[in-house]
Amino acid sequence: MFGFISRRLVMAVVVMFVVALISFMLFRFVGDPINQMVGIETTPEQREALRERLGLNDPIIIQFARFIMGALQFDFGNSYQFKQPVAELIAKRLPATLELSFVSALFALVVGVPMGVYTGLNRHSPLSKLFLTVSLIGVSLPTFFIGILLIFLFSVHLQWLPSFGRGDVVAIGDWWTTGFLTLSGLKALILPSITLGLFQMTLIMRLIRAEMLEVIRTDYIKFARARGLPDRSIHFVHALKNTMVPVITITGLQLGSIIAFAIITETVFQWPGMGLLFLQAVQNVDIPIMAAYLMLTAFIFVVINLAVDILYVVIDPRLRTERSGL
Amino acid sequence: MRYRVAAAAAVIAALAGTSASAETLKFAFQGTLNQLDPYSLNESFTLGMHGNVYEGLVRLTPDLQIEPSLAERWEIIEPTRWRFYLREGVKFHNGNDFTAEDVAFSAERVRSEGSDVTTRLAPDVKVEIVDDYTVDFVLSAPNPILHSEWGTWLIMDKEWTEANDAVKVTSASDTSPNYASLNANGTGPFKITSHEPGVRTVYEKNENWWDEVKHNLTRVEFTPISSDATRVAALLSGEMDMVYPIPVQDINRVNSNDGTSALTGPELRTIFLGMDQKRDELLYSDVKGKNPFKDVRVRKAVYQAIDIEAIKTKIMRDLATPSALMISPFLFEHSDEFQRFPYDPEASKALLAEAGYPDGFSVGMDCPNDRYVNDEAICQAVASFLARVGIKVDLNAQPKAQYFAKILASGGYDTSFYLLGWTPGSFDSYNVLLNLHNCRDDAGNGGPFNLGGYCNPRVDELSKLILSENDQEKRNAYITEAYRLTTEEVSHIPLHQQGLAWGVADNVSVAQRADNYFKFRHVVKN
Repeated sequence: MFGFISRRLVMAVVVMFVVALISFMLFRFVGDPINQMVGIETTPEQREALRERLGLNDPIIIQFARFIMGALQFDFGNSYQFKQPVAELIAKRLPATLELSFVSALFALVVGVPMGVYTGLNRHSPLSKLFLTVSLIGVSLPTFFIGILLIFLFSVHLQWLPSFGRGDVVAIGDWWTTGFLTLSGLKALILPSITLGLFQMTLIMRLIRAEMLEVIRTDYIKFARARGLPDRSIHFVHALKNTMVPVITITGLQLGSIIAFAIITETVFQWPGMGLLFLQAVQNVDIPIMAAYLMLTAFIFVVINLAVDILYVVIDPRLRTERSGL
Repeated sequence: MRYRVAAAAAVIAALAGTSASAETLKFAFQGTLNQLDPYSLNESFTLGMHGNVYEGLVRLTPDLQIEPSLAERWEIIEPTRWRFYLREGVKFHNGNDFTAEDVAFSAERVRSEGSDVTTRLAPDVKVEIVDDYTVDFVLSAPNPILHSEWGTWLIMDKEWTEANDAVKVTSASDTSPNYASLNANGTGPFKITSHEPGVRTVYEKNENWWDEVKHNLTRVEFTPISSDATRVAALLSGEMDMVYPIPVQDINRVNSNDGTSALTGPELRTIFLGMDQKRDELLYSDVKGKNPFKDVRVRKAVYQAIDIEAIKTKIMRDLATPSALMISPFLFEHSDEFQRFPYDPEASKALLAEAGYPDGFSVGMDCPNDRYVNDEAICQAVASFLARVGIKVDLNAQPKAQYFAKILASGGYDTSFYLLGWTPGSFDSYNVLLNLHNCRDDAGNGGPFNLGGYCNPRVDELSKLILSENDQEKRNAYITEAYRLTTEEVSHIPLHQQGLAWGVADNVSVAQRADNYFKFRHVVKN
């Protein structure tokens, strides 16, 4: 087990390094940060002086080394547009993104799993057909469109829910803020969570449905039926449990992508999280924020992958014996 | 009769009651307010917001006339010496007195390294303190528009800035932000109570403001909302009292909704096309060994091929004013003497044939797609108009970050044909002539934003005369002559002044300024 984890850790470091390198090369194509930092009347000489002071004239390899040295000490430099340390900016935006991702993932699981089980068991019922149609919409409509649709229905027409922002937040400790404790905070969570979680929900539902169809046909389920076990126990104890391994993998990986790619949902709902910060950074060529965000995203994926790998071993005893045999 | 008096009294009391009650204004803008130092960024939204907190020696009325602010009055006592008499009894938000020391200090700071608003005061201007409430500005040459940009030269408190170690303007290369970029201490009608960059900024009324209060706000909340659809939805759903800008295609939607309307008006920014007249061989073109845009007939052919009315009605949905000049008619009183060359594809073809391009030619065009109102759509329309006279346009529309990196001096003016917008920061023609029309070298010395490299020595000469002429009539004559030359030689192709569109709830009244500045002091909410 120890050897397994340490091998994984070494791989993680390599992944992080490669992400840093690739993202750094990409920054050469995002545009000139200086133009976004100054007004249009700033003279070419002043622009050149600023470029020099920021170290943008140094060879790319020196800039990269400087970035890596800083990143090792959790120092990602100052944002060009906000003139504040990037680490601080991201830390302030992190709670908003994590809360949104958590609620979206919860929504996807709580709604997706029962729907998957139901459609798997009752393949031909009209309700299953309805679920499948809805899920098709979830997979095929782009996120921003779903978001705008929800805003126009629930905010503009019915005026039930807010169209943007987090509502009132409560500060917990030095840097965490939560929207869970106020009514407006909870209301503000509903539309963005549905928008962000819809794709994952349909994915989970379809996955469970497919697995269920598979498992239902296996011998041990037939045997359980023959023994006269109640349907309920067959479906939820014996069948569902055996569909769980792929579901956990996908859910885990999807959690990473929910956090990392909340960008579009956050933009549509002006959700003050990391994704919005990143998008603003791209528009303004704020390289320090982009770099730090990409590193953080890579880090989240690496950690989740590691956790999923470990979880496999815990859930599935067969994997454990194979590993110890190695 | 008695009843009527009583009723009237009740109505008056009720009115007085509403105007005195606590009112919060919530508004959204598409961009963010990044930091609070009034000298860090020369950008109109940022400066406009800072102008609610800080004030200059002068300020602009809603119709853009200069009026006294922190200076009560001023006079030109010699052609090169301006004397400003400061308002007495004005206090900064922290209670410090506003004096001549603060003006002298701000004059140094605004011109220091790291400041992005250095154009407000030329480096050779000397500031002399006469007494606590009198300041002289000594110029090396007469300058009739010395104070024209001072509405956005905001005065800071010397004592506060020094005590907080914020004298140096925060530039992006600094390792930590200074105090003044996270806090504000002005003399203005509002104070900042909280500022989360990119999330929310909250203002509160300054109870000790020196001027007569005409607004009735106690609190203002600003939220940036970058997505157009969300911003409009926030207004329609009543969550916001005011949002801007409203995309032109949503103006009807906002007007037809109960309780909101769109406030539209002309903006100062002029949208225009430019052509490379400097290179000997045109880039991105099938013409080799020469540059067709060097020929005024070709430039005029391009001009006359463009159907400006179609752009106005179809693309801008009438929210644009076609322009014959490179400056808004608000900013130059003789602009009605100028007419656009008429739209005439036949004349255009004839001109091309005469210039030796009967079958046209191909050219690459650079265009932003997230900078001006419907910028990419305008470029597409221009491309199709030009196709009708035989000029094949290869359009390269990209986000502003990449666009400006390519076409400006830092990218080596890498463009043959481009669309750009310009608002003269000083509200004056000198700025337009200098930046867009003066000859430049390859590094951008001269007219730095004259991307096409138009060059006429007489225009340069006139610009210098315009800069130092104190007599308004003579000055206007010089400006008219310069514009005559640039128009006849088709230095650029002016398209239009784009329109402003603000979405406002019906219970809120605001003053829309043509420079798109939003001043809380003109807002009344019922």
